[in-house]
Amino acid sequence: MAKMTFEELDRVREEQRERTAKTSWIRIGTSTCGVAAGAEAVVRAVSDEVRRRDLPVEVQRVGCLGLCYAEPLMEVNVAGAPRTLYGEVGVETALRIVEEHVVNGRPVAGLAMPGVESLGVPDVPSNGTKQVRIVLRNCGMLDPTKIEDAIGRDAYQGLKRALSELGPEGVIAEMKASGLRGRGGAGYPTWLKWKFLREAPGTEKYMICNADEGDPGAYMDRGVLEGDPHAVIEGMLIACFATGCSTGYFYIRAEYPLAIDRIEGALRQARRMGLLGKNIMGTDFCCDLEVRLGAGAFVCGEETALMHSIEGRRGTPRPRPPFPAQHGLWGKPTNINNVETFANIGPIMARGGAWFGGYGTETSRGTKVFAVTGKVRHSGLVEIPMGTTLREVVVDICGGVAGNHRIKAVQTGGPSGGVIPAPLLDTPISYETLQALGSIMGSGGMIVMDETDSMIDIALFYTGFCVEESCGKCAPCRLGGKQMHLLLEKIRSGKASWSDIGTMRRLCTTMQKASLCGLGQTAPNPVLSTLRYFEDEYRAVIVGAPA
Amino acid sequence: MADAVMVPDISRTVQKWRSKPGSLIMALHEIQNRYGYVPRNVSLQLAQLMNVPLARIYEVITFYNYFRLEPPGKHNLSVCMGTACYLKGAPALLDTLKNELHVEEGETTPDGEFHLESVRCVGCCGLAPVVVANGETLAKVGVNAIGGLLARCRNEQKED
Repeated sequence: MAKMTFEELDRVREEQRERTAKTSWIRIGTSTCGVAAGAEAVVRAVSDEVRRRDLPVEVQRVGCLGLCYAEPLMEVNVAGAPRTLYGEVGVETALRIVEEHVVNGRPVAGLAMPGVESLGVPDVPSNGTKQVRIVLRNCGMLDPTKIEDAIGRDAYQGLKRALSELGPEGVIAEMKASGLRGRGGAGYPTWLKWKFLREAPGTEKYMICNADEGDPGAYMDRGVLEGDPHAVIEGMLIACFATGCSTGYFYIRAEYPLAIDRIEGALRQARRMGLLGKNIMGTDFCCDLEVRLGAGAFVCGEETALMHSIEGRRGTPRPRPPFPAQHGLWGKPTNINNVETFANIGPIMARGGAWFGGYGTETSRGTKVFAVTGKVRHSGLVEIPMGTTLREVVVDICGGVAGNHRIKAVQTGGPSGGVIPAPLLDTPISYETLQALGSIMGSGGMIVMDETDSMIDIALFYTGFCVEESCGKCAPCRLGGKQMHLLLEKIRSGKASWSDIGTMRRLCTTMQKASLCGLGQTAPNPVLSTLRYFEDEYRAVIVGAPA
Repeated sequence: MADAVMVPDISRTVQKWRSKPGSLIMALHEIQNRYGYVPRNVSLQLAQLMNVPLARIYEVITFYNYFRLEPPGKHNLSVCMGTACYLKGAPALLDTLKNELHVEEGETTPDGEFHLESVRCVGCCGLAPVVVANGETLAKVGVNAIGGLLARCRNEQKED
């Protein structure tokens, strides 16, 4: 293999593009959800059939297109017939598609998925779907185990521009222009965090990718890690270059075995190609990235807890300040960003911050990926420009609630977020608007509830979660959460009096103000937001509630 | 028998991780992948070879949900209790499994055949509710599919 240089990267890209343009292919989604729906059997059957008939078509295993409700997904592109995506493909259907579409050149009517032609093409808000895919640009479009596929779709072009043209200061300026804010949920401007780390004294600094996606009901990061690992690696490398880190860590939850495999495999390939390690692309930039695993502790999504975990210790948080940029991993300056944040960086560098900032609202730029699940017809991953309304996501893109039910509420932000009732669904999505409604953007979980779902039950579910996941270090979270949970159980069982609501509100305030970390501070949100919008449900089960 | 292979295995793990800072959790992952849990005698060896107090190892093992101190069952069933699965009927699945197997969450049947637990979220929310059976993720599991799942597991063991 030739030594990796800027020219070599472009040569590999051109070669791969030419190859892709000439190739007929069948793509089958084999991310966790595809596999769970039976994609492996489809891959085997289709591969056997293609071999048996000696068909001039390549069977590719790709990542998640985000249309999880219709898994297994199979997309066919052969000369002389329109490129077509098929959903809910079993072995029999797959063989029929091979026969009719691949051999006879006629797409199978009735099985094709409508309106998804331009998914995965950034810049083209796909007709009918309103999606703009920047983060998910390659998910479902390439074989995530092949670095050449990624390079053919512009992977590492952002790194090339950063190294060859921008320099560290230029990268941070580009980030500032983009307006990108942290996609883990807190929404802190990414460029500012990078600037703090760059200006921190010392030469030993660390970059961390938070891939401990612990929000139950959310899997945006899994989709990206499994479907396009090089997007995250490229983002990490650019961040390391801009801030002066030579070591970075992926902190990935152990519950995502496939994501771990994909990142480890991608790191090996990048290292072998000279995109990782010493003198990257022939420059004097040296950087290596390693994987560290989580072990099932939600609190490790909190940055100080996460760093303790990477140090091999219990994942308990500590007070901030000092912030990681001053005192982080092993006491050294450190920066932590989320998977989705990193996946945005490559395109921002390659195409410019202004391009990215052109999407979204004044204060919330770019796009956001949501995992839309629960009682929704078309559950899956959706990437929309900020400013899109909740209703457009849940109803227009995801088909609304299944069956004859109606939407009651949408929950965002997981255990740290709140419920947003149906009448407020025309709210445009941004960090500020969701917060004003008593919820948060969060990492991107969006759970749809219908009128059969009890809001007290939902509040109980989330407080139960926080009680179990509380690390126990600070009393407001350890004791307050438990008491809040007991009060909710008392309310649900119909034994509560109205004064218990007052007690619960006071507990909420105490936890918000006095807890050590985000887990305890935000744990009351599901309780407070259900009280705010669905107080009727509480009144209905409390004897003697004031009218 | 397990003891005979334990020594070389763990020394390999130790060699790989000892020089890297903060790698106790990574070493524990390797050990659990190998044995299905973290046996006490292995922890004792690890303490010696990595030169860390046993208490440090146990404080880590017991903090994280993922690490186990008891051997798993021959068949491991995890019901996902993420929000999407919860809304779509995971509690009923867990109850059915508890009734069928006569165990509580986190327990193994007396014959060691089945271990039942709930997990936080396996990130397969689009296909909720989800059960992970022996590492394989099963999508859109209904209560009436539980009987078949258990029968399949039992048959497998006959074929072995």
